Amino acid sequence: MKQSGGWLWRASVANLFFLYGPIAALIIFSFNASRLSAAWQGWSLHWYRALWADQALQAAAVNSLWVATVSTLLALLLGVSLAVGLEGLPGRRQRQIEQALLLPLVIPEVMMGVSLLLFFVLVRMPLSLTTVIVGHALFNVPVVLVIVRARLRKLDPRLLEVAADLGASYGDALRYVTLPLLSPAILGAGLMAFTISLDDFIVTFFTAGPGATTLPLKVYSMIKSGLSPEINALSALFVIVSMGLIGFSLLLQRR
Amino acid sequence: MGLLFVVPLCLMFVISFAGRGTYGGIVWSFSLTNYLDLLHPLYARILGQSILLAAGTTLLCLIMGFPLAYYIARAAPRRQGIWLLLVMIPFWTNFLVRTYAWMFILRTEGLLNTVLLKLGVITTPIELLYSNTAVVIGLVYGYLPFMILPLYVALERVDRTLVEAAWDLYATRWTVFRRIILPLARPGVVAGCLLVFIPALGAFLTPDLLGGARSMMIGNLIQHEFLVARDWPLGAAISCLLMLFVVGMMSWSLRAAKPLVQQESES
Repeated sequence: MKQSGGWLWRASVANLFFLYGPIAALIIFSFNASRLSAAWQGWSLHWYRALWADQALQAAAVNSLWVATVSTLLALLLGVSLAVGLEGLPGRRQRQIEQALLLPLVIPEVMMGVSLLLFFVLVRMPLSLTTVIVGHALFNVPVVLVIVRARLRKLDPRLLEVAADLGASYGDALRYVTLPLLSPAILGAGLMAFTISLDDFIVTFFTAGPGATTLPLKVYSMIKSGLSPEINALSALFVIVSMGLIGFSLLLQRR
Repeated sequence: MGLLFVVPLCLMFVISFAGRGTYGGIVWSFSLTNYLDLLHPLYARILGQSILLAAGTTLLCLIMGFPLAYYIARAAPRRQGIWLLLVMIPFWTNFLVRTYAWMFILRTEGLLNTVLLKLGVITTPIELLYSNTAVVIGLVYGYLPFMILPLYVALERVDRTLVEAAWDLYATRWTVFRRIILPLARPGVVAGCLLVFIPALGAFLTPDLLGGARSMMIGNLIQHEFLVARDWPLGAAISCLLMLFVVGMMSWSLRAAKPLVQQESES
C-alpha cells in the first residue's frame, strides 16, 4: 500500500493531534498566570496553590477516595467470586449469566444512573455516600469479571487436577493454586475499578445524596458556575492520576 | 447477582406505566399516558435530534477512524501495540475533563478564537460553544477510540494477498477499498458504529456542557424529568424507549454482521 502510505500516515497523525491536543492545551494552560484562561501570561503554580487551599475540594477528595476504595473492594469480592463460580457452570448457562452481567457495559450510563436512583428510592434507601458506593460497586463488577475471567481462561487446568490428585479439596485448590495465580489480574482489575470509580460522574450524579460530593461532582459544579484556570489545574491532576493508575493496572494484567 | 442489574431495569419498565402524583411521587396505576405524551412534538423533536446527532457522530468517527485503523493494521506488529496504546490513553482520561477541555477551546474567549484572532484569520470571535456543532465535536472526541479499536481488529484480519491480487488485476484504489477491504471489514464497521452510536445517543454530559438551550438530547431529557421536573413515570418511559432502541440496534447489528462470519467459516 505504498501509494497511499503518506496520505494514511498524515491522517493518522491528524487523528492523534485531535485526541491529544485538547488535553495538552488544558494541562499547559493550568500553569498560566493569567486569570483569562486563554491569554498566555507566563508560567505560574498559582492555580495549584489555590486548589491546595480549597477546603470544599479537600472534603470532596476524601469522599472520592473513600467511595473508590470501598466500592473497589466490594466489586473485587463480587467479581472474583463470580468469575471463579461461573467457571464451574455448563457453557450455555455461563454465557447467559455473563451476558446479563455485562449489560452495564453496553447500556448508556444515564440509564444505569436513573434505574439505580429509582431502585434506591423504592427500597427506601436515602441517597447518601452509601448509595454512591453501591452504584459504583455495581458498575465495576463487570470490569473485574472481564479481566479476571480472561486470566482464568489462560490458567492451565492441569494445575487444579494435580492439586486434586495431591488430596487438596476444592477450597484448598482455590486458596493455594487459583487465587495466587490470579493475583496480578485481581490487583490490575482493582486498580482499574478504583480509577473508574474515581472518574465516574453520571452514576454518582444520580445516586449522591446531599453532602455526598465527590471530586467529579465538584468539578461539574465548578464548571457550571464559570470557567477558571483552577479547573484546568484540577483537570490536569485528574489526567495524571488516572493515567498513572491505569498504566500500572495494564502492567499488572500483562504479567 | 445478575438480578442486581436486571431488577432496577424491570422496575423502570413497570414505573413507566404508572401515573404521577401531584408532588412528583409515583401513583400506582396502569396507563399508556406516558408513552402517548412522548408523541408531543417537543419530545419528538428532542428524540429526533438525539438520533441525528448520534448518527452524525458515528459517521464522523467512521470517516476519521478508518484511515487510522487501517494504518495501524498495516504497520509492523511491534508498532501496532504502540499506536493502539496511543489511541487508548486519552480514553482513560476523565470524561468530564475531556469535555471541559473542549469548553476551554471553543468558548468565545477560548483558545481557538484567541489563536485565530492573533493570526488574523478572523476579526470577530466565532460562537462555537453551546451549539450542536460543539456537541458533535465533543461526542466524536469522546467516542473515537470505540470506533478505531473494532475497526483495527477487523482490518488486521483482512488477508493482504487479496488486496495484492486486486492490484495485480488492475483494480483502482477505490475499487480495492469498496470491493475488498470494506466488505471484509464489515463486522468491525458494524461493531464500531454500535459502540459509538449507543453511548452517543444516551449522552448526558456532552450536550449538557457543550450544547446550547436547543441541543437537548435524550439523556438530558431523562435527567430533566427525574431530577428537575420530578415526573418519574415519564422519565422512566423515555428511558424504556431508549433501552428499546439500544436493544433493537444490537439485535439488528448482530444480524448485519452475521453473514460475514458465516462466509469466513466457509472459506
